[in-house]
Amino acid sequence: MGITEQEKIAFKAIGNNEKEAIELVYKENYGLIQHFVVYNNGTEDDARDIFQEAMMVLYEKSKQPDFELTCQIKTYLYSVCRRLWLKKLQHARRIEMQIENFDNIVPVEEDLEDHEKLTKQYLIMRTAMGKIGEPCKSLIEAFYVHHKNMQEIAGFFGYTNADNAKNQKYKCLVRLKKLFFAQYKNQ
Amino acid sequence: MDQLQLAENVEKYLRGELNDAEKKAFEEARQNSAELDQMVVEYQSFIEQIERYGDVRQFKSTLYDTHQTLQEDGFIKELKIKASARIINLWSRYRRVAVVAASIAGITALFISGMITLFSPKTPFNDIEELRRKVSSLERQSSNQRNELNKFKSKIEPGASVKFGGTSFMIDAKGYLATSAHVLKGAKKIYVQNHEGEEFLAEIVESDQIADIAILKITDADFKPSKQLPYGFAKTTTDLSEPVYTLGYPKDEIVYNEGYLSSKTGLDGDTLSCQLTISANPGNSGGPVLNKNGEVIGILSARQASANGVVFATKSKNIYKLLQTMRESDTSNTVKIHNNSSIKNINRSSQVKKVQEHVYMVKVVLG
Repeated sequence: MGITEQEKIAFKAIGNNEKEAIELVYKENYGLIQHFVVYNNGTEDDARDIFQEAMMVLYEKSKQPDFELTCQIKTYLYSVCRRLWLKKLQHARRIEMQIENFDNIVPVEEDLEDHEKLTKQYLIMRTAMGKIGEPCKSLIEAFYVHHKNMQEIAGFFGYTNADNAKNQKYKCLVRLKKLFFAQYKNQ
Repeated sequence: MDQLQLAENVEKYLRGELNDAEKKAFEEARQNSAELDQMVVEYQSFIEQIERYGDVRQFKSTLYDTHQTLQEDGFIKELKIKASARIINLWSRYRRVAVVAASIAGITALFISGMITLFSPKTPFNDIEELRRKVSSLERQSSNQRNELNKFKSKIEPGASVKFGGTSFMIDAKGYLATSAHVLKGAKKIYVQNHEGEEFLAEIVESDQIADIAILKITDADFKPSKQLPYGFAKTTTDLSEPVYTLGYPKDEIVYNEGYLSSKTGLDGDTLSCQLTISANPGNSGGPVLNKNGEVIGILSARQASANGVVFATKSKNIYKLLQTMRESDTSNTVKIHNNSSIKNINRSSQVKKVQEHVYMVKVVLG
């Protein structure tokens, strides 16, 4: 089954973190995944975690410039969730899965490998951010995540001028880099 | 070029903020230096990592919010699977855990009962009886205390009967204390006792029956003023649901209790006081109510007898008001209170350790 223009727009919007689109996709697909997980030895929380992880994969793919979605969002999400849940069950040595007759499954193994890599990087960055402490963390986030300019940052953090803030930001960045790459190279 | 300058240039270059001439110069430098080139590449990928981290975090929070909203709106409901399926599911999932848990429990039970028979002393029946007697004597003692406390029963609120005890706390380290006015009703002589048991003679310098605040001054020669108080006095009321705590003397030893602000007004909408949900007993009256920053937000005054855990406190801004009237009537008066707390960022038990040194028991000798 092909993909409609509407779905393409929704898919792009997910990558831009647009709330309406996310809510729409959530509404249309959560029920199916919840049913699938809960009827296969999962809990409500498992269903939520699996679904949100699949949404995360969708988000990553949407951001990836060379990726093109060739099936419906529903099919993609279901395939990812199915794979993720199967893996989790195997991990917990509970392989009694009721195989459902859902012929709309696309191969997602490679996508999930990418996802795992990105998740690892995210976690390393999160740990590094947790370790640099305040005000470094807020300073770096204000500049690189919230894209505030140095004047605003100087005002907010109480530095006398933008140069002082710049100096401090630089020191923080060097520390963050050190922490990040120390972990990153270990992987 | 120093490192900072260089890093800034790299960032500007990556963001496309360099003008044409600068850009050209930079690209030339980059071509000539493998080191710079390496730095640019590394910088780029690192900054992408940071930005991606931020984006992912925002996306995750959107997902979380969406789930929450949909659940509240009833789009996401818990699935009801048939009870038997659920039980079989649970059993198959926890079978291994159950077996292990059962065997551990069995072994532990055997072990413990073995230990008990091995080590427990052969208790004579006398001991147990003695214990009971102690309890009953304690009971008698505390009922005596209760009777004594009941003597101070206020008649302000006939509908909701309230009980009073006596606690006070320093507002100025020179020896000025605040307490509830009703605690001092009919007093001929007043003694205050600190947490170490030292007693000092004190007298009333000012009181406001309506706001239910009194200010005492320690007149005892034995009293040595301390340097500064650890806590400050809030001028505004804390928000609803904010955690609060109090220290007081419902018994001979200082007692800590915690709760939260449940209403910004007191009994029947009284705006001089506020309502707390905290466990307080006769004797807590006049004690300080502090917020998590170690600021005094009020003076504990009464509890509603008809409801459990409902306690009223006079707001601390009334202390400011009372001091203002004192200053107006007597210009030589130098009582000063400050609003900054020096225990803002330390944990609760360290806060309490500092605050308790300034909380005094009030002993009233009736005339």
